[in-house]
Amino acid sequence: MTDKSPSLLSVDQMSIRFGGLLAVSSMTFEVREGEVLSLIGPNGAGKTSAFNAITGYLQPSSGDVVYRGRKLNGLSPDAISRLGVVRSFQKTSLFGGLSAFENVLVGLHKRSTQTPLAIMLGLPRVKEDERRLEAAAREVLDFVGILPRAQEPAASLPYGEQRLLEVAIALAADPKLLLLDEPVSGMNPAEKASFVETISRIRERGITVLLVEHDMRTVMGASDRVICLNQGTIIADGTPEAIQRNKDVIKAYLGERSSHARH
Amino acid sequence: MMKYFPQAFLGLLVSVPFWLTDSYMLHILITTGIFIIAAMSLNLLLGYTGQLSLGHVAFFGIGAYGSALTSLGFEITLPGGIPLGVSPKPVWFAMLVGIVAAGFTGWAIGKLAFRVRGAYFVIVSISFAEVVRLVAVNWVELTQGPMALNNIPVLRLGWGSAEVAFLRKPAFYWLVLAVGTVCYIIISRLVSSRAGRAMIALRENEPLAMSVGVDVTRYLVLATIVSAAMAGSAGALYTHYIRIVDPDIFLFVYTVTMVIMVVTGGKGTLAGPIVGGVIFGLIPELLRTMAIKPEVQWIIYGVVMVLVVYFLPMGIVPALRNWRGGQQASSTAAASGPQMEGAGK
Ligand SMILES: Nc1ncnc2c1ncn2[C@@H]1O[C@H](COP(=O)(O)OP(=O)(O)OP(=O)(O)O)[C@@H](O)[C@H]1O
Ligand SMILES: [Mg+2]
Repeated sequence: MTDKSPSLLSVDQMSIRFGGLLAVSSMTFEVREGEVLSLIGPNGAGKTSAFNAITGYLQPSSGDVVYRGRKLNGLSPDAISRLGVVRSFQKTSLFGGLSAFENVLVGLHKRSTQTPLAIMLGLPRVKEDERRLEAAAREVLDFVGILPRAQEPAASLPYGEQRLLEVAIALAADPKLLLLDEPVSGMNPAEKASFVETISRIRERGITVLLVEHDMRTVMGASDRVICLNQGTIIADGTPEAIQRNKDVIKAYLGERSSHARH
Repeated sequence: MMKYFPQAFLGLLVSVPFWLTDSYMLHILITTGIFIIAAMSLNLLLGYTGQLSLGHVAFFGIGAYGSALTSLGFEITLPGGIPLGVSPKPVWFAMLVGIVAAGFTGWAIGKLAFRVRGAYFVIVSISFAEVVRLVAVNWVELTQGPMALNNIPVLRLGWGSAEVAFLRKPAFYWLVLAVGTVCYIIISRLVSSRAGRAMIALRENEPLAMSVGVDVTRYLVLATIVSAAMAGSAGALYTHYIRIVDPDIFLFVYTVTMVIMVVTGGKGTLAGPIVGGVIFGLIPELLRTMAIKPEVQWIIYGVVMVLVVYFLPMGIVPALRNWRGGQQASSTAAASGPQMEGAGK
């Protein structure tokens, strides 16, 4: 959590190009074990693109992503997830046709020991494993506070609870490093406030968090450290208080607002 | 009450040959049963992983040819003049060979199609079926081409006086029922397990499935292997029942029949292919026995199909389940809602 904590993930000189557009330019930063690090920046700054590159959904045009001394470049998203780097999506992403409970069961995939042959033979240990998973699913739903909704279709949950379910699915996947892409967008103020507390409980579980978020109250309340990205380049890195006072950061956000005004 | 419905239904099916003595009706039930097995296997891919295999009949045909050739024996000359001969093998063994051959082909297709989804999966599977059909037509030395493999032996199990020959219709009916039951049990176990959830996750939201560590390709390949092996078992049953097999077994229309059974019955449900299979397997035959002209038969078939698809787009089984769920909503709210697997549990 402090400067002395070992680095869990390091992004080194990473650039992401979409045709002629340089979405992320030589990005370099570290996520330290145990911290909550926020990545902020105006719309289009390249935050989601950075997430996609770290988690294998797109390949950076140059640069390295190293997790616990292991290069992630070139690995598939599911392989990266199995190493303990799990992400959520900016646009709500659920298994819409399934219940909340079943959504989390899918999330528990890695924690299950069932093999295809054992399943088809109907071995008793498969049943035991299922019962274990069901208990774990209830625990995770309870952790984010939507256990009473377990049997409801995911698609019919209120929006704020859908966002909590997404976090539950990611937590079920047993992350060491959890990347959350705008988790509170769509939540009401009360839900946002309690989510700040949820993040600190996630940290207490020994999970390191990298958070992308526009909601400044959430960022300031939840983070140990904040990085600000603008037009693909990191312009500031510091404590929440320092970032709030940083001139470049203020300018980046004001610039965005004035450009919006022009539209 | 619904809990024991599958068992009760199975009991009813077992009893059929005791009271249905009409040999032609039993014949229809046998062929329909074989197609239902094929439809169940297709449902594992189409209903659970969400991938449409429009070449599914290839697995059926490979099971049929594989079993027929192994039971008849053959002698061919491989390229380079190397002779390869296989002496006739017992039918039970031949059927296993057919099933394994189909499963192996499923594995190959699953691997080949490992990055293709949706429309591309459809194209790969169709092309594959066409290639296999052309092989069956042209490799005359092995398959007799359009002249067909004839006199395919009958399945015999047991020894001496305890030997059962699956020659008479009731015996064959029970054999089909047994194979179908095994397939049903395997599918129901799969879809309510970690493996089945991975397949459903692929259907529902592939990027999200990957984010939680599901190796989607692995489970797509698993589904293809199991599905192909089951389709192969249906083909093997078919070939030792009809006792003649020609390249027409690969006709596209058979795949279409399977798809119709799955879609109308309700894809992604355990009971769907059975319900759809019973309706669309029996309708043509029943119309025929009513001595209706063939054109009219097909028109009725088509109209029924369009009506089902139009009014029950999700299929008959999900519609029934919703209706039942609506009825019970006041008493037991917990039982309804979405389910990963069918009503059969
Ligand atoms: N797949 C893509 N193809 C082409 N351009 C893309 C693609 N994805 C993102 N971009 C562009 O890259 C830039 C960075 O986008 P990105 O989504 O990473 O921003 P962001 O910081 O997440 O923004 P927001 O806060 O709005 O979510 C934008 O200009 C965007 O239009
Ligand atoms: Mg974004």
